[in-house]
Amino acid sequence: MAKKNTKEDYYLASQWVLMGRKLKKHKLAKLSIIILLILYLGAFFGNFLAPYSLDDMDGLYKDADPTQIHLFHEGKFVGPFVYKIEKVRDFKTFTVTIQENTSEYYKIRLFAKGSSYKFLGFIPCDIHLFGVTEGSNGSPATAKVMLFGGDYYGKDIFSRVLLGSQVSLTIPFASAFISLFLGIAIGAVSGYFGGVLDMIIQRIIEVIGAVPQIPLWMALSASIPPGISTIKMYFYMTLVLSFINWTGMARIVRGKFLSLKNEDYVMAARLAGVSTWKIIWKHLVPGFMSYLIVSVTLGIPGSIVGETSMSYLGLGIKSPATSWGVLLQEASTTTQVALHPNKLIPIIFVTITVLAFNFLGDGLRDAADPYK
Amino acid sequence: MEENANKIDDMHENDPKETNGKSTPSRIFGQVREFFKKDLVSYITKRILMFIPTLFLISVLVFFVIQLPPGDYVSSEIARLTTEGELVTQADADALREQYGLDQPVIVQYFKWIGDIIWTPTDSQYYRLNHSHHNWKYSFKFSKNVWDVINERLATTVIFTAVIMLFQYLVSIPIAIYSSTHQYSVGDYTASVIGFLGTAIPNFCLAIILMYLSYKWTGNSNTGLFTPEMKVNGVHLYNFGELCKRMIIPLIVLGTSGTCGIIRSVRAQMLDEVGRQYTLTARAKGVSERKIIMKYCFRAAINPTVSGLGGILSSLFSGSTVTAIVLDLELQGPQLFEALKAQDMYLAGAIVMVQAVLVVIGILFSDIALALLDPRIRYSGGGR
Repeated sequence: MAKKNTKEDYYLASQWVLMGRKLKKHKLAKLSIIILLILYLGAFFGNFLAPYSLDDMDGLYKDADPTQIHLFHEGKFVGPFVYKIEKVRDFKTFTVTIQENTSEYYKIRLFAKGSSYKFLGFIPCDIHLFGVTEGSNGSPATAKVMLFGGDYYGKDIFSRVLLGSQVSLTIPFASAFISLFLGIAIGAVSGYFGGVLDMIIQRIIEVIGAVPQIPLWMALSASIPPGISTIKMYFYMTLVLSFINWTGMARIVRGKFLSLKNEDYVMAARLAGVSTWKIIWKHLVPGFMSYLIVSVTLGIPGSIVGETSMSYLGLGIKSPATSWGVLLQEASTTTQVALHPNKLIPIIFVTITVLAFNFLGDGLRDAADPYK
Repeated sequence: MEENANKIDDMHENDPKETNGKSTPSRIFGQVREFFKKDLVSYITKRILMFIPTLFLISVLVFFVIQLPPGDYVSSEIARLTTEGELVTQADADALREQYGLDQPVIVQYFKWIGDIIWTPTDSQYYRLNHSHHNWKYSFKFSKNVWDVINERLATTVIFTAVIMLFQYLVSIPIAIYSSTHQYSVGDYTASVIGFLGTAIPNFCLAIILMYLSYKWTGNSNTGLFTPEMKVNGVHLYNFGELCKRMIIPLIVLGTSGTCGIIRSVRAQMLDEVGRQYTLTARAKGVSERKIIMKYCFRAAINPTVSGLGGILSSLFSGSTVTAIVLDLELQGPQLFEALKAQDMYLAGAIVMVQAVLVVIGILFSDIALALLDPRIRYSGGGR
């Protein structure tokens, strides 16, 4: 009886429900969704989660190692706290060493007050998820907690990773949507109308596909005028990335159109007097939307790597705006990396994101045809 | 397309069916002769003819890129002159614009630019100075003709790319065959994980990490392809070992990124083919496993990889650009980067164009290779 029910269930379920069910069976894809959700939530609440803003800098913490978090002060449990660091010069060798000043401790508190920001972009707020409070002897909260250490300007790398993800994770997403739209529109024209237009579009797609991606991206992003506002920079970067990615989408759409446009239901719609655009958007596009979503998902990792590489080279997002690529600029020389391996931490985030999107794409690809 | 369909019908009448099992030498010879007589030649001719509009579109795209940055050739020239302390008036600027044809519409400028690249007349100033019929314009950044800058590293780039590509194929195809014949084994999983990591870690990140490790282990970060000594004396047998040592990091960085794609595609195809009826038939008839895999499955499975050669080449140029900048390799990547930083757009455009043309040539080769490998292609008029 139960078996019959599931069978009935299967026949009654919509395509998307079936896809969801199949995706749930793909363990890596499920894990990837969770990871991506965490990453995107981190980006969304970045200002709140990051203990410091992009403007908070402290010369003392220049190239600092990750701050050690202690629990016991002089043998007594006081909960998580940090010591302030200080520079000590050895008068024999004149080298500067950085050590912790253990005379006073600074407790780490949840929902601590910090620099002000706009929560969700419009609510003025100065509460951060965690932060350092005043010292045990009453001195002001000058000690810092830098989970991933400090960068060259004494900014907190952890905060910058979080705030940078707001750019690094959303630009590829935005550009994926632009290329999705462009791909559908151009692919539809190419596939539905055919003829000379189709031939020209196909040639253009072929050519853009032949030009090596990163050199072309480099050339395009190098022409983003310098000294423009962060928002404009972001917008241009998105456009640059979508400039290439739509071609893959358009190719899929065209192929699908060619195979679907002679189907009976399209003919029926045409005979019933449905307009061309309505046929395209209502009857044809939903038929292969799942394939497009797969293609979008699999295209995102490339954009992430693209944005990161561009910004790393100084051609994309530029300081003071931050992205993972900008963060990695500091890890560009061997000596920097050798002295401060913690500056490589953004690589972990890039890699995890790219892997997650790849696995999710694989899972979606398997699920895209749920009737198999 | 329709003409093509007719041609296909004609061809089917003397279709050398090759599915008949045994093939005598004369039969094979006949097939080969037939093949070269008609299909391949017409196929190649068609492909080469299609090469021309592609080149045209590439040049249009590149010119668009050259035109993109705010300001033009003359404003950067004026900026340079001003920093050198010369006084430039508006009249001078206009004269310069006229001299370079920048006062004309963009389309005219495009045709002048591409025309000069294709053929610069003998009586032009460029020819008198450089004795070359191909004027790629002047690179401010390197104070040389664009083509001379490109030429410096073109051969190295091509050889380097070819070596990496060979490496990718030699490594990935055996691994793919192993993975598909030993599905879900430890080796299969290891290969997939390494392959996945190889694509997931951006090339430049992997390059930095390896540079760091190399520095930590050997005290030398091993950047650059050539030692200063090699640059003077050239590469010979005695310093070839050093060159190989310096190739290790680029090979790992670019090798892993590309191999993963090839492994995945060949593995998936192999698994498809292994499950087919004909494999079962062959096995039932007692054909050796080795022969089934190598002669039948592999031959069918390699198709998408061969046809993807252009894409692999393209992504190789893509990856090697950033990698070369990080590792300071003597390839075109760093030149492009320098050119872009200095807004030397003629050089940048020319480099992008040369790479795109190389990729298109790669696609051409792959199409021909595919036609040789898979007789069905020549009937369907190109499988891509």
